[in-house]
Amino acid sequence: MKGLSLFLGCLVPNRYPGIEMATKLCLAKMDIDCVDLPGASCCPAPGVFRSFDRTTWLTLASRNIVLSEQMDRNMLTICNGCFSTLEDANRTIKEDDIVKEDINEHLAKVGKEIKGDIDVRHIIEYFYQEYGPEKISSYVERQLDIRVAVHYGCHLIKPTKDRGLGGFERPTFFDELVTALGATSVEYPDKVACCGAGGGVRSAMKERSLKMTEAKLAKIKETGVDCIVNSCPFCHMQLDSGQDEIKELAGTEFEIPVLHYTQLLGLALGFPAEMIGIDTGIEKNRKLMDLLDSQMDS
Amino acid sequence: MEDEEAMEAEISGKLNSVSVGALRCMQCGICSSSCPSGRHTSLNIRKIVKIAGKNSDILDNEELWMCTTCYNCHERCPRGIDIVDILLKIRAVAAQSGRILPEHRQVCKMLLECGHAVPINDTNKTKRTEIGLEEMPETVHKYKDGLEEVKKLMTSCGFDELIMQNEGENRA
Repeated sequence: MKGLSLFLGCLVPNRYPGIEMATKLCLAKMDIDCVDLPGASCCPAPGVFRSFDRTTWLTLASRNIVLSEQMDRNMLTICNGCFSTLEDANRTIKEDDIVKEDINEHLAKVGKEIKGDIDVRHIIEYFYQEYGPEKISSYVERQLDIRVAVHYGCHLIKPTKDRGLGGFERPTFFDELVTALGATSVEYPDKVACCGAGGGVRSAMKERSLKMTEAKLAKIKETGVDCIVNSCPFCHMQLDSGQDEIKELAGTEFEIPVLHYTQLLGLALGFPAEMIGIDTGIEKNRKLMDLLDSQMDS
Repeated sequence: MEDEEAMEAEISGKLNSVSVGALRCMQCGICSSSCPSGRHTSLNIRKIVKIAGKNSDILDNEELWMCTTCYNCHERCPRGIDIVDILLKIRAVAAQSGRILPEHRQVCKMLLECGHAVPINDTNKTKRTEIGLEEMPETVHKYKDGLEEVKKLMTSCGFDELIMQNEGENRA
């Protein structure tokens, strides 16, 4: 199998570098062959850019894919939005020669050509399909005996006919990867519901997008968890910064720590919280770390 | 006047062709009952599917932009209508006729300028170095020739024109 290149996107390197660090540390510790992808741009994001002009969206996505093709590596994404764009674009290029020709005409102007000979992967489905929960658990140095609300996000699994990861009503693959780290994945109402951020709604109608987030957070809070784990920095932002924004707007306090899966995995592999972007200066995060530390002592 | 009529005709032709799939709709309402946005906003996706392609008023409907593209409606539609794909194509017709929300235009300008929808800032440069990463990520932020390529491609696709045009007469 081909090695991997790490596609960073925008939010991870520019807002949540801890997720970038967690990903790099985990992949290195697991001896997964993954290198940087120099010169990549925004995927571009599926919400706004795909809405406005499909050709621009496909062309920029194709340029990013070409960078990985030139290294003869499959592309690894750590964001549902990037996965949605790049997987969709890559499949379109592979399946539709007319579109491919059209996009290559644009790419030729910068001396590039897309071939359609690599795959785009998302770290969650990559771990699940290439490693599986059992093998993942063999790397664990620190069992995380905590209750986790798994948030799949929309674009990891939908549209299901394109993603091929099974049905979206009750998926289990992500939960299995969380359970592999010693945690309990708790069921909660509307678990597969959207975080509220996608489609350009957060950027243009933040208050309305936060209504959706508040509804989701309320159900998670009621269920009682130690943290939320996601697979997407945009969901991450909506569920995490969203808590502060909701507090300001509506006065509702949730105080639920939010981790990207690579951060949860990072903790399980023994990396300290600060190194992987979990800010223990924030009370809810400190409580989570205290809980985990108390398990180490016992 | 004739120009305006021709433009109207072109728009309604485009709307018609992107919405053909919606003709299979039987108005069962599964889409609306599956819509997370519809629970909290005025988005009525059943109604949008109903009028898609029939009336160009839809282009000025704010509800077009309340969809998070979660695909629930799309997945559950018993008639197999690709609802989100249709909605995105209607959005494209709206954008191409100058109906772009100011916040979305801003995000597009970021892409035009930096190659990123969300560019780096000083806080995050510091955050990066504090945890042992390089100050600038391995993206077009660090590789200026890469950024030039991205800009060239956006010009080639006419994206800069699309975003910078009609800015004063924002209709959305």
